[in-house]
Amino acid sequence: MIKLLPRYIFNFVVLVVIQVFVLNNIQLGGFINPYFYVLFILVLPFEIPTWVLLLVAMLLGLSIDLFSNTLGMHSSATVFMAFLRPYILKVIAPRDGYEKETLPQLKYYGAAWFIRYASILIFAHHLFLFYIEVFSLSNFFATFVRVVLSSIFTILLVLISQYFFRKDSRK
Amino acid sequence: MRSLLNFLLRIHFLLLFILLEVFSISLLLNNNKFHKARFVNFSRQMSGNIYTKINNLKKYISLAEENDRLAKENTRLLNILESTYKSDELFFRSVNDTVLNQRYRFTTSRIVNNSVNKKHNFITINKGDLQGIKPEMAVVADGMLVGVTKGVSKNYSTVISLLNLDLKISAKIKKNGYYGSLGWDGKGYSAAVLNEIPLHANIQPGDTIITSGYSSIYPEGILIGFIDSFKEKSGSFFEIKVRLATDFKNLSNVNVIGNLMQNEIFNIEEQTEKND
Repeated sequence: MIKLLPRYIFNFVVLVVIQVFVLNNIQLGGFINPYFYVLFILVLPFEIPTWVLLLVAMLLGLSIDLFSNTLGMHSSATVFMAFLRPYILKVIAPRDGYEKETLPQLKYYGAAWFIRYASILIFAHHLFLFYIEVFSLSNFFATFVRVVLSSIFTILLVLISQYFFRKDSRK
Repeated sequence: MRSLLNFLLRIHFLLLFILLEVFSISLLLNNNKFHKARFVNFSRQMSGNIYTKINNLKKYISLAEENDRLAKENTRLLNILESTYKSDELFFRSVNDTVLNQRYRFTTSRIVNNSVNKKHNFITINKGDLQGIKPEMAVVADGMLVGVTKGVSKNYSTVISLLNLDLKISAKIKKNGYYGSLGWDGKGYSAAVLNEIPLHANIQPGDTIITSGYSSIYPEGILIGFIDSFKEKSGSFFEIKVRLATDFKNLSNVNVIGNLMQNEIFNIEEQTEKND
């Protein structure tokens, strides 16, 4: 797992930079906003201790918050998502469990598994994030539509990124 | 002890999650104006509702007392009614157009929460924006000063009590008109301190202190209290201890005074300052 550390640090920095400088400026139709940085939480190794997972999520959320001036918003949503991750992994585990030396990525467990895994967590994250952002339950459905559309957009981005790096790491 | 530690260890994931969430939400509430305002508004509305319920109960208990007071007030009003006096010289009569020249408007309101034991005491009343209450209106009870409104939500407002270290009021001595600044010193709910009265002013214990009317918030002549004792301070001014007329421990109904000409006064003062 230590081997992977430099790669994850690199991931972290790149994802935050992409999110802050590119994706935060994209607002399709005025309100669809992709939050691609959650990919970092998705592809963390299976064996990561849960407390590390939560702390890393907090750190990730905080760094996004610092740059987008929404202190506490992304961090709470990301921590929530990290909290769900172990349970989701348990629920949708393949019949013979997860193999050693693999990561929760598309190339190891196939598109169907990965889409299920990613969409549940991304949807949870976006749900939390958008409701925290408006901070009320009035206009429930307007917010809900935003959650769904943004989730779809983020899931698409995450999938594309998975295919993008697929060939590369097989070598 | 050991089993407790074991238990904590077993649920450390959940604990850490809750801890981090609480931390994030507190960050959110402290750093984002919108979320903070929403939260404060929500909690004010909630606490207002609860206090109303409690107060309704209290009001019921003190019903007899209140009835008594009302009966007395009624008799007093009947006594000063015009019809109880014999009138004989109505040749001239000045018509006082009260609507055109109305300067202050009074709104009756009930106190739903009150405190006297903090350094910054606030009162919550059950009238708000919908009933025409705005921030910075004077609040009086039976013609005696209570405070000034600060936060206003839809149906409730908070009032900065006179018993708040932050509140300073322009007050004057009734018999000779010397004015100064009155504030609470944080010592007991029945006394306040009046400063900036010059040494040559002739004052006696027992003199009446009223509002000066030099601010656009308070009308002139609202009773504040009576001089209790005074001493020289730094050679040029009196420091006067004032016994407050209002009994802050026994408040139930107050009047909120809106100054209908406040805007006009503000505007002209602003213009004058600009032209200088």
